Amino acid sequence: MINKIVESLQAAVANIHDGATVMIGGFGNAGMPAALIDALIEQGARELTIVNNNAGNGETGLAALLKAKRVRKIICSFPRQADSQVFDALYRAGEIELELTPQGNLAERIRAAGAGIGGFFSPTGYGTLLAEGKETRVIDGRHYVLESPIHADFALIKALRADRWGNLVYRKTARNFGPVMAMAARCTVAQVSDIVELGGLDPEAIITPGIFVQRVVQVGQAGRAMESK
Amino acid sequence: MTYQRLTREQMAARVARDIPEGAYVNLGIGLPTLVSNYLPKDREIILHSENGLLGMGPTPLAGEEDEDLINAGKQPVTLLAGGSYFHHGDSFAMMRGGHLDICVLGAFQVSADGDLANWHTGAPDAIPAVGGAMDLAIGAKQVLVMMEHQTKQGDSKIVPQCTYPLTGIGCVDRIYTDLAVLDVTAEGLVVHEMIAGLSFDELQAVTAVPLISDFQKKDA
Repeated sequence: MINKIVESLQAAVANIHDGATVMIGGFGNAGMPAALIDALIEQGARELTIVNNNAGNGETGLAALLKAKRVRKIICSFPRQADSQVFDALYRAGEIELELTPQGNLAERIRAAGAGIGGFFSPTGYGTLLAEGKETRVIDGRHYVLESPIHADFALIKALRADRWGNLVYRKTARNFGPVMAMAARCTVAQVSDIVELGGLDPEAIITPGIFVQRVVQVGQAGRAMESK
Repeated sequence: MTYQRLTREQMAARVARDIPEGAYVNLGIGLPTLVSNYLPKDREIILHSENGLLGMGPTPLAGEEDEDLINAGKQPVTLLAGGSYFHHGDSFAMMRGGHLDICVLGAFQVSADGDLANWHTGAPDAIPAVGGAMDLAIGAKQVLVMMEHQTKQGDSKIVPQCTYPLTGIGCVDRIYTDLAVLDVTAEGLVVHEMIAGLSFDELQAVTAVPLISDFQKKDA
C-alpha cells in the first residue's frame, strides 16, 4: 500500500543533508510552509542552497532559517523588502550568496527542471544586468536569453489538502510556487491542513498529482484568517 | 499661462480612462496600483496579479482579510465572481506569452526609445531586488508607464539613455506623467496630450529629449 503520509515533522524533514538545495514554497507568507521550516531549523542541516521568491520576512519562517546561519546561498527574485532585515544584514556582511533572477524566469527555471528541459530561451531580462554573461539568440526577430533549469534535492511546500498518494489541492494564492517546485525536487514534502481518504479529492480539481510528492505531513488548520494588526 | 500638475490620483484616473472594456490588465506595485480605484464601473476589466490570480477585486473589509489571498504587493485582496487562481508558472506564461493586454508600471527613467529603468538604482550599497519587473516589462501587448515627469530635484525622468540599470529594452509604448501623455514611436516621443495651461515649449523645457507635437506630426 502506498502511504506517503509521515507522522511527524521530524520524519518529514529527515535526511535533508548539509549542502542540499532546498526549494521552499510561498510568496511572502502565503504558502510558506512554516512548520516544515521550523522543523528544518531543528533538524540542523547547514550550508543549504535555498530557492524561494523572497529571502525571508520578519524574524520567522525563512528569515529564522537564515538567522540560524544555515543558508550558504539563496536563489530568489525579490530579497529586499521592508522587513527583510535578517537577509539584509547577512548580505551586507558577505555571509550569504545571492543569485537574483526575474520572478517569471525563476518559476520557469523550476518548472523546466521538473519537466526535463535542459534550458530555455526567455525574452525576460534581455539587455539587462541579469542577463550578463548568458548566451542570447534572436528567434523570429526577438531577443532571448538562455536560462538554465533549477533542480533541487528537496522541496518544502504548503498545500491545503492531500490524500495518502500525495495528491494535492491548494488554497487561493497560497498555491504560487508549490506546483512547480513539487515537480523540480527529488523529494517533495508537503505540509497540509487536512488529509482525506483516497477518492476524497475531486480528480478534476487535483492541482499536483501525487507522482510529484514523496511525503505529506498534517499540521492542522492554523493560520487561515489573518490577524488584524 | 499657469498650470497645475496632476496629483497622483488624477494621474491614476487619467490612465484608467484609457483601459478598454474586456482588457486583461496587470497594475504594477506603487503608483499604478491606484489606477484600480478609477476603472470605469461600466467596463468589465480583468485584473491580473502575478502571484497567481485573475479577477482581482478590491481590498477586503476590515476583519475579512485572508492571508492566503494577497496581491503581488502582499496586500490582502478579494476575488471577483469569475476569478481564478493558478501557479507561478502559468501566471508568468500569461505575461511572457503575450496574453495580457496591458500592464501599467512605475519608472525611475524612460528613454526616448522606450527603454525602461524601474528596478534598481544601481547604488553600490543597494541590495538588488527585481521581482516580476522584467517579466512585466516585456510581457504585455501594451506597456504603459506612469510616473512624475521630473525627479524631486527637477531632473527629467524622460532621458536620451537610461542611466539607471535597465529593466527592459524598447518595451514602453506610452508614458503618463503629471504633465503629459507621450507615445513612444519610431520617429521619437510624440506628445499625445498636455495638461491645461501648459505650452509645448514649457513641456519641452522640462523634458531631456526632443518632443514631437501631435500637431507637427500630422503636418509632416
